[in-house]
Formats: sequence, structure tokens, C-alpha cells
Amino acid sequence: MDTIKLTIDNRAVEVPKGTTILKAADQMGIKIPTLCNFELEGLALKNHPGGCRICVVEVAGRRNLAPACITECMQDMVVKTNSPRAINARKTVLELMLSDHPNDCLQCPKNGKCELQALAADMGIREIPFQGEQSEYPIELSPSIVRDANKCIMCRRCESVCHEYQSVGAIGAVERGFPAVVAPAFGKNLIDTNCVFCGQCIAVCPVGALSEVDHTGKVLRDIANPDVKTAVQVAPAVRVALGEEFGMPAGSIVTGKIAAALKAIGFDYVFDTDWSADLTIMEEGTEAIGRFKAFLAGDKNVKIPIMTSCCPAWVNFYEKFYPELREYPSTAKSPQGMFGATVKTFFADKIGVPREKLISVSVMPCVAKKYECEREELGANGNPDVDYSITTRELARIIKMCNIDFKNLPEAKFDSPLGESTGAAVIFGVTGGVMEAALRTAAEVLTGQTLPKVDFEEVRGLEGVREATIPIPGVIDLKVAVVYGLKNARMIMEQIKAGNCPYHFVEVMACPGGCIDGAGQPYHHGDASIIKARHAAIYKADREMPLRKSHENPEIISIYKEFYGEPGSEKAHHLLHTHYFDKKKHFDLEK
Amino acid sequence: MCGPKIKISEANYLKIKEICASFNNNPGELINVLHKTQEHFGYLPEEVQQVVADCLGIPVGKVFGVVSFYSFFTMKPKGKYAISVCLGTACYVKGAEKILDALKSELKISEGGVTDDGKFSLDVLRCVGACGLAPVMTINGKTYGRLVPEQVKNILAEYAD
Amino acid sequence: MNNVETYANIPVIINKGADWFSSIGTEKSKGTKVFALAGKINNVGLIEVPMGITLREIIYEIGGGIKGGKKFKAVQTGGPSGGCLTEKHLDTPIDYDSLVAAGSMMGSGGMIVMDEDDCMVAIAKFYLGFTVDESCGKCTPCRVGNKRLHEILTKITDGKGTMEDLEKLKNLSSVIKDTALCGLGQTSPNPVLSTINNFWDEYVEHVTEKKCRAGQCKALKKYYIDPEKCKGCTACARACPVGAITGTLKNPHVIDQDKCIKCGTCYEKCRFGAISIK
Repeated sequence: MDTIKLTIDNRAVEVPKGTTILKAADQMGIKIPTLCNFELEGLALKNHPGGCRICVVEVAGRRNLAPACITECMQDMVVKTNSPRAINARKTVLELMLSDHPNDCLQCPKNGKCELQALAADMGIREIPFQGEQSEYPIELSPSIVRDANKCIMCRRCESVCHEYQSVGAIGAVERGFPAVVAPAFGKNLIDTNCVFCGQCIAVCPVGALSEVDHTGKVLRDIANPDVKTAVQVAPAVRVALGEEFGMPAGSIVTGKIAAALKAIGFDYVFDTDWSADLTIMEEGTEAIGRFKAFLAGDKNVKIPIMTSCCPAWVNFYEKFYPELREYPSTAKSPQGMFGATVKTFFADKIGVPREKLISVSVMPCVAKKYECEREELGANGNPDVDYSITTRELARIIKMCNIDFKNLPEAKFDSPLGESTGAAVIFGVTGGVMEAALRTAAEVLTGQTLPKVDFEEVRGLEGVREATIPIPGVIDLKVAVVYGLKNARMIMEQIKAGNCPYHFVEVMACPGGCIDGAGQPYHHGDASIIKARHAAIYKADREMPLRKSHENPEIISIYKEFYGEPGSEKAHHLLHTHYFDKKKHFDLEK
Repeated sequence: MCGPKIKISEANYLKIKEICASFNNNPGELINVLHKTQEHFGYLPEEVQQVVADCLGIPVGKVFGVVSFYSFFTMKPKGKYAISVCLGTACYVKGAEKILDALKSELKISEGGVTDDGKFSLDVLRCVGACGLAPVMTINGKTYGRLVPEQVKNILAEYAD
Repeated sequence: MNNVETYANIPVIINKGADWFSSIGTEKSKGTKVFALAGKINNVGLIEVPMGITLREIIYEIGGGIKGGKKFKAVQTGGPSGGCLTEKHLDTPIDYDSLVAAGSMMGSGGMIVMDEDDCMVAIAKFYLGFTVDESCGKCTPCRVGNKRLHEILTKITDGKGTMEDLEKLKNLSSVIKDTALCGLGQTSPNPVLSTINNFWDEYVEHVTEKKCRAGQCKALKKYYIDPEKCKGCTACARACPVGAITGTLKNPHVIDQDKCIKCGTCYEKCRFGAISIK
């Protein structure tokens, strides 16, 4: 490989050809500040517009300063990252940015997590020498996302994610010059666009321009209300990420501490979404087996591939972009939805509380789940199955508000009867997990034999598209695909449309690496090692579970005995399955 | 439940489809498509952009991004007589702002505006390439040079219909 | 080659030969150059001149001198990315290098002549207005920086500028040049830097004396009634929209400077030339 020798801050360094000054400096331990530059290495998510001009450095012999993020190292280059000229320019550019940014850090949802705030502190900003016109946009509230364009610094990370990564294109740069901002077309609200509420725009936003709708106040109010009971569920991916908010290393598994914290906060019933993830496998698995059998019997009308339907952003995606293919995804509700339907019927009856008096809350790594909660079809008589959903970050804030020493909190167990789970459930938190969990159950049901090995390594990994052929002896060589990122999902949908989709079973997750990097998780600020640590932790949690297959979960076996009958029963269909809508824009042609 | 409905006349819908098809529905031709479309409709309202996006297979946000970026594209209909006042340097030093002020007070609209009767619209642009005639304005492409503010009233009267 | 002027040169070079073409012009800039001569000059239009010609020849021989016998102040060349040449450059032979050395550029080939009635701070503001309009918004220094430059210049022409603002203008201009992403932003501060370099006194006057010597900055204009010339006809007092003019019939009138909004109505109404602008 060709290498380049150069000098950065008086130190010699040799790098492969094509390396940027930013990366070369980083290897030497020299951190050049950046704002627009963003990359989740290995997760296909990047943004390198070279627009913010914070990373400018001085290159000997060059007329102007060079943006380190997009300038490639050249032979014998002499770079100064900290010359007075570079520092003055960097500081002035930052002051310009701040001169069109609200000064409301204390109330900002990004307070303490803001990259602009951190940079202002590092650069020793004490005053902003430029006063002038400030952008004025209304703050927009959607079911999931709060958009405050006044805080937008035009880094365009969100635009890259929305267009290039998700192929949704709900927000993008509009106008030019000073009024330029990232926003939906025609000044519309997100709810009136093709936004699928994946929230990855929030996950990458360096400032407080995009944030989750905050329900922490609701949680505390409902817990304090003596007239209602509160039941909470916690999604799989939350347990491998929440610790980060309390200074624990990425990948710490804090399941027991979460259960303890939720009890300490005052929830009456502390349950686990992992329980309903196992239930999802029973329902979705049964549906899949039914479709495979029909397919093998030569049924031309059966929809193959069957696709997973637990990711709410993915559900929004096919309702808005491919409603004509909405019979392909499983009708099974998401684990959040199944939990909600069960807690508001079976469990409410069990404790003798009307569903309106049982507030069901979910803790999710996700912001699209907030939108899912508001779906009318996921409730009864106008009362939602899940009253509202909070993110991992919101839970962290509540724990901090409640003076709970999370790091040193003794572990507790989830409550029964909706608290027991298996390893198959916890892997729902990563890309490939739902597929693997389904395979563990489907293979045993289809063959009638116990699997010699429960690990399906073929479907694991962090590549955006993975495919495998899983032999189910005597039944089928099952062709499966696992994708994350809706751009990849779009590719599969186009294959189905064209009639050349080679798969029987497809898993789709919207977020990079699956729910572990959901938009409700602690901010990673572009550090992919955090995602990888969470990924490893999920599989560690799986290995450590005494039970690893959903159909072996005793609380699942008993809920069927006590309440649902059998997977796919009429009652199960009524409560655990859903239907999808055509939400695509239509042209109403007038003669 | 159904997705959002976008109302548009069938004739207009087909016309846009035809324009897009003449560019092979190639998203790379977006700007050319928009030029043709604006040439036909006079402006680019939301529903028109929606159809363009649909035909080219791109998010409508991309279309709006381009329309809102380039000053040539407009989402509002222009006046029957579109007035453009040159604010290039040569015109500026020769008092183009006074011409603009005279037009504004005569028409009672500001830059980018259209008179209530839809007759005149007023815009500024940067150099029509007739610096020798400064200050200059154009009305539907016809050039008026070496202007003094007092002429404005009479020139507008030429368009009495 | 993508420039009409370049193409226009080719047939002549083919017909008359490269040696002939090279015999015209200066050491480094050969041949002729077309300028769009415009502004406050008697003969305006496109001119083709040999490289190396002086500004004095262009303005006073080809251009026929400044219009209305006014005093020459500056020539702006190169468009919004260019700069100004002043009296001291009148005898400099014009070519690519000498223009750059003088802080301007060949650029668009525009040559706009300005006279004593043109305020150089207002000219800088005018150019920044263009850049603010044309900025795409992608990079911070151009998107926000040019806007702030324009705002500071507006503050100065409104008579609210401070000496600190002038320092800000200098620093901000050099940072924008140093950090902007494309050619537009990298050159947009040129009109500011060029006018600061050549007309620093005018900037300082706007700030410290609240005075615009060209009389172009409206906010800095002051209208006075000459008591010798005023006949006391009351026309100005009746026309003043804010009642800033007082006086009795057949006696000299006075303008209250605090009330005056500098609209110029009195100036236009006076039939005796008694009102002057300072």
C-alpha cells in the first residue's frame, strides 16, 4: 500500500494514501475539533460535507486554511493544527455559529450532551462578538420528535441519515444563504411528511435541534397519582446501554439494576419486554411456519418472504412507501404492543383494575415507539395498550432526578407473571436477533427435534445486509436475509415488487446495528465502539440465560394455558396481531 | 385510513408526467424538468412539485430544496408583467435603488411582490449585462435603460392593457 | 476554455498569428482585454484595450472623463470578488498581476468608475449584500460570516458603528477568506478589505464623526436651511411629514435635527436653494 509521510504539529507521521489530515492527526492522539464531520465506522453511516469549517488547520504553502476532515494528506505536507492563525479562525467560526444559536443551554434537551456546548467550553468562549439577526423558526412537536430549527447549525448529519441511510428524505436543506436550514418541504410538520420517526436524526444531531418528545414528567405524575396503578416494561436493548448514562463502560449489562431502579422510582409493577419478545416469537413464528407450509404445498397466493414487524419505524416505512406490499410483513404486533395488549386485558383483570386505571409505560431504546403508542388500532375504546413510551435517556434522567445511585444499586428481579424471559428475547435488541430467535423456535417446531446448537452465527454480525441459507432438515433450506437501515429494506421491497426476491424470511431493523443504536439510546457521538460493545453485551446476556428458546419460557407456556389458548388462536389474533394501512400520498385528479 | 391526498387537475398532472418523461424521468435532470415545468405553469406550487418528485422517484424534499434554493424558481405566480430591476454594480452607482423605490411606491408592493390585480410583479436581479445603459430594468424581457425615477410612471402606463 | 472572450480572440490569433498577438500587452499578460466600462463616466460600454494600458488612459481618453466634471474617486474591477483602484493607481499599467498587486483582480472584466458622490463604505455594503444573497449556506463562514459583515457595515452606514466594529470587520474578513469553502466565500470580503485599505479615513469618519463625505448614507445626512437664502415661504414646513421644520412667514426657518427623518422632502420643495445637505 502507498504511504504518505508528513509532519503534523512538528511530529513526523506516515499514513496510507488517501488518509485525511483529521484521521492522521487522530492516530497521533491529536484531536482536531469537528462538528459536521460524522461517521459510525463499520455501520455505513457517515457525513463528510466539510461545511462547518471548525476543523481548519494551517498547511505550509497553502493560501488558505484547510478543513482537516476532507483534506487528504500529501507527501511532505507540514500541518499545524494549533497555529495562532488556525485557532483564531476556528474560534471566529465558532463565534459565528453561536451568534445564530439560542443561548438557552440550561433548558436545552441536549444540555450536557451537546457537541457545540462542549466545543464552546473547550475553546474558552466567554462572549459572542457578533450580534445580528437570528433565525426564527417555530418549534415543532411530533409524536416522537421535537424539532427546534433555531438550533440547527447546518451540519446536515440528519439529512445524510434521513436521505442516504434511511432513503426516507423527510428533512433536507431548504433555502439558501443565511436562511438555509434543514427542514421538511413546504414548512410542513414531520407528521405530514414521509417521516417514519426512526429518530436517527436525533441520534446524530450534535446540538439540541432534534430531540425526543419528553414524557418524564408524565411518568412522575402518574406514579404519584394514588388513583392509578402503573406497570412498566423494559426493552431488551435498554439493559446493555443504560449503564453508560451513569459512567459505566459501554456494554455493561444492567438488567437487575434497571428492575431495582424502576421499583425504587415507584412503579407498581415492573415487567420485561423480553417476556413479550418471547411471545412475539410464538405468534410470528407460528405465522411464519404457516406461510412456509403453504408455500411448500404450492400455494401461489401466500406472501413469501415473511418479514418481521417489530420495528415501528419499519412499519411506518412500508405503510408510507410500500402499502401495496403490506401483506408481506408479519401481522404480529411488536413486543411492546403484545405486552401492552396483555397487560391491559389479562393482567388488569388479574389485579382487578379497569384498563383506564392501569397506566402502561414502556422503556424503549427507540423514539418511533412513541408514535406506535399513539396508533389507534393498538388500544381498545380509545384507551391505548401502552399509554406512553420513554427512551433509555429519559429513564436515565428520571433515575438521576430520583437520587438513585444506579451504579451501586443492588440488583432486583422483574415481577411475575410478565417478567420471565429467555436468551431468544434479549437478542431482539440487535440486528439478526429476531431472526435467530425465530429460527430457534421454528426449527424445533418444524422438525420436532431439539436443536443440537442454538446459536445461528450465520445471521449475526454488523453488516447492513446479511443473507444465509439455514437448512431445516427434511423441510426446507430456508433462505433468510437480515437487514438494517431502511435503504437496505427498500432494496428488498424493490426485489419483492420485481418478483425476484430470493428469500423466505427477512428481518428488518431501521437503526444501525438494530435497537442497540436506537434513537432513544445514550448518545454515542459517532463512536462505533460503543455500538459494538452493546452488540457483544447482548450476545453475552443471551449466553448467560438459563433458557435460550422462546417456547421454553415457563411464563409464556402459562399465558397460553391461562389466557391465549394456543399461538395463532382467535384470542391471540384479536390481541396480539394487527393490520397495516395505506399511508402513501395519493394524487386526487380533478377532471 | 389513507395517505395524504394531493389535489391536482388531471390535465396538469398529465402535463407534468409528459415533461418528466421527456427527460426519461431521470432525477439528474431535476433542474431542467423544473425549468420546463415553470415555463409551462408560470410557477411551481406544492402539488406540481409533488408530481415531479413522484415521476422522478425522489423525495419531494429534494425538489423543494432545489426550488427554494434557486431564485429563478418561484412558488408564487408572477404578475402578467414581470418587472426586474437590475441591481448590478453599474446600475447601483447610477441610482438603481431610486428606480426601485419609485416602482415600489407606484405599484405599492415590495421586492418579490405581485400587485393585487396580478398585473405587475417586482423583482430585483444582479446584472442583465447592459451596464452601459445603467440603470436598467426589464418588463417581460423588454429592456428600459438610462432610467430616471420620473420615467417610471409613464413606462408603467404603457402596460395599461 | 469556457469564456466568450477567449473564443473571440481565437480567429484573430489564427489570422494574424501568435507573434502578432503576443506583441500586444505586457510581459506576463499578452494581447488585449475587453472591459465593460460603466459607472460615472462620460463614455460607457465595452472597450477592447491592450494589456498594460493605464487607468488614466481608459478613464480620461477612452471614457472621456468623469461625468458632470465631478472628482474621480475609484474604479471597482473584478466584480463582487474584486476590489477598488484609486487615484494612486491611475498610472499603473493594467494587467493580471498588477491588479492583484493592487488588491483587486481582473475577474469579471467589469470596470465601474465611481466619483466623489459614491460612499466607499456603502459600496462595500452593496457588494456584501450580493454575497449574502448568493451564499449557498453550506459553510459557516460564508453563511453566517458574510451576514455579520453586512450587518456591521449597515451599522456603520447607519451611524452606529464603533472603532471596535472596524477591527471586527478586519478580523472577520480575513477569517472568512481563510476558511470559506468555495471561491465565493473566499473572495467575498475583498470589497471590504480593499475599501478599508484604500479608504480607511472614510470608515473612520462614519464611525467617529458620524459623517458620510459622499452624502450617500441617508442616516448620516443632515439638512440645513441657509438663513440668508430662506425667504420664509413655509413650503418646507408644510411638506415636512414629521413637523421638524419651524418658522414664521417671511422669516428664516429652522430644521430640528432630532426630529428630522432625512426624507429629503424639504430639499425638493425649496424653490430658493436654501436647503443644503451636509
